[in-house]
Amino acid sequence: MANIVQFENVGLRYGVGEETLCDVSFTLRSGQFHFLTGASGAGKTSLLRLLYLSQRPSRGIIRLFGEDAVILPRDRLPGFRRRIGVVFQDFRLIPHLSAADNIALPLRVAGMAESDVARAVREMLNWIGLSERAAARPATLSGGEQQRVAIARAVIARPELLVADEPTGNVDPAMAERLLHLFHSLHRLGTTVVMATHDWHLIERVPGAHHLHLERGRLVDPDPHPPVASPAPASPPPIPARPDAKPSTIVRSGL
Amino acid sequence: MKRGGKTRATGAEARALDDGGGAHVMSWVIAIMLFLTLLAGAAGLATARAAGALDRQMAGRLTVQIVEGEAQRRDAAAAQVLGVLRAQPDVALATPVAQADLARMLQPWLGTDAEAAGLPVPALIDVDLTSDGSAAIARVRKAVMRASPAARVDAHATWLGPVGRLLDTAAWLAGAIILLMLVATMAVVMLAARAGLEAHRGTIEVIHMLGATDRQVARLFQRRIALDAGIGAVAGGILAGAAILLIAGQVGALDSELLGGMRLGLGDMAMLIALPFAFVVLAVGAARLAVLRQMRRML
Ligand SMILES: Nc1ncnc2c1ncn2[C@@H]1O[C@H](COP(=O)(O)OP(=O)(O)O)[C@@H](O)[C@H]1O
Ligand SMILES: [Mg+2]
Repeated sequence: MANIVQFENVGLRYGVGEETLCDVSFTLRSGQFHFLTGASGAGKTSLLRLLYLSQRPSRGIIRLFGEDAVILPRDRLPGFRRRIGVVFQDFRLIPHLSAADNIALPLRVAGMAESDVARAVREMLNWIGLSERAAARPATLSGGEQQRVAIARAVIARPELLVADEPTGNVDPAMAERLLHLFHSLHRLGTTVVMATHDWHLIERVPGAHHLHLERGRLVDPDPHPPVASPAPASPPPIPARPDAKPSTIVRSGL
Repeated sequence: MKRGGKTRATGAEARALDDGGGAHVMSWVIAIMLFLTLLAGAAGLATARAAGALDRQMAGRLTVQIVEGEAQRRDAAAAQVLGVLRAQPDVALATPVAQADLARMLQPWLGTDAEAAGLPVPALIDVDLTSDGSAAIARVRKAVMRASPAARVDAHATWLGPVGRLLDTAAWLAGAIILLMLVATMAVVMLAARAGLEAHRGTIEVIHMLGATDRQVARLFQRRIALDAGIGAVAGGILAGAAILLIAGQVGALDSELLGGMRLGLGDMAMLIALPFAFVVLAVGAARLAVLRQMRRML
């Protein structure tokens, strides 16, 4: 398995003051499912932004798809971004576009022929169970529906790397479960997934998933007993892992 | 990229920018600016034409007047002066103005039969010179004076000169106004594009993060601006065209020799018709510049 992402001693500082991310080193292998946990303000979003090239680090090395992402010239960034799907923490759906047009955006940006776009969007709407709401504007969709549209948009172009920032943050547990299923089925199709969450129960639901844990901007070993150990009553059975999934090993370097 | 996909795609993306504020302001601004520019342009070109016509009329032309109360002596002097003029190498053409024409011209002032009333009517000779230099005028004047002391030489350039200079100035001023309008329009368009960029920041960030290139984003704005500017250009163009036709009709009805030169040639028309297109192209170019500049500040 090739390394799809490699961070080495990455630091990120917004303006002056303390580093938001400090000496972050880890490796993501192609085709794996990764959870990123940490308290609010620990730097999850910041780390993901480095990953989806919305921010450059202050120091350190980031290798993405085998290339040095830090010194990547600006005009090559779009090509890299098209290989990464992002589910933003706040969805960022375009308010004036219908659900279908929002989902179609990555394909249109990539210049796909319109007939192919239509077919792909139809399939995707079907997959997220929103075929009837294809023409609806985001504002008329429920939170969970918006989230599914955001996820559909992130995955429609079959990205090699899928980055999701707390995609289950604002939905009820049943919806969180459904969304996790969506991600997991993508993962089974070969996509590398990085999902930020502070819902530790979700982690247990994906056997074989890898786990990165941030504490005040530093990666630390995840506590096997989460601090918010509310006993999950009658927790549903784990989602079956990929047939080829190996026992969990946190692939990390420089720690 | 497949052609079909690309065109439809940009159209679909462009809808993302539809709801932006200030879109129609652009149409208004272009319409008003274009209207004013076209009027200034038409006025400038027509004035330049009039100045040119006047120049051609004035240059190397003079009128010789023989002021003599007694008709027979007057006609004799006129005939003598005419002979002298025609002998001059500086003179290309010397044409006596028929007394009948003169009487008709003077009729409003002197009544139907000035001659009979004993009022002195001068004899006039129109002279075209071979060159329009003042030396030639001086030579002709000297020869004429020698031939008859009753003769007076008026070079047209002397009395129409200030009018010609005024027309020249007006034409230059119109040109300057057009240039200023273009600069102002570009500035407004750039401001509007930047405001639009600001209004759509969220949308653009998303499209940008989905891997759109700067050019793709710029194209979204270009389409919008081209559409808005196009609407403005059509509106402004039609209004200005109507105004120009109206004024042209009224000038034509004046039957004035001075304003008669205010005619737009085919080249002038072509220039005016090109202006709306120039406005749209300029607007799109300015918008592209503003967007690309702003985009380069993003990672
Ligand atoms: N654009 C920014 N400018 C300045 N500070 C920021 C910015 N984004 C995040 N931060 C700060 O960085 C820290 C980590 O934020 P974030 O990465 O959003 O954490 P998380 O996603 O884990 O809640 C916070 O203290 C936050 O205030
Ligand atoms: Mg966050």
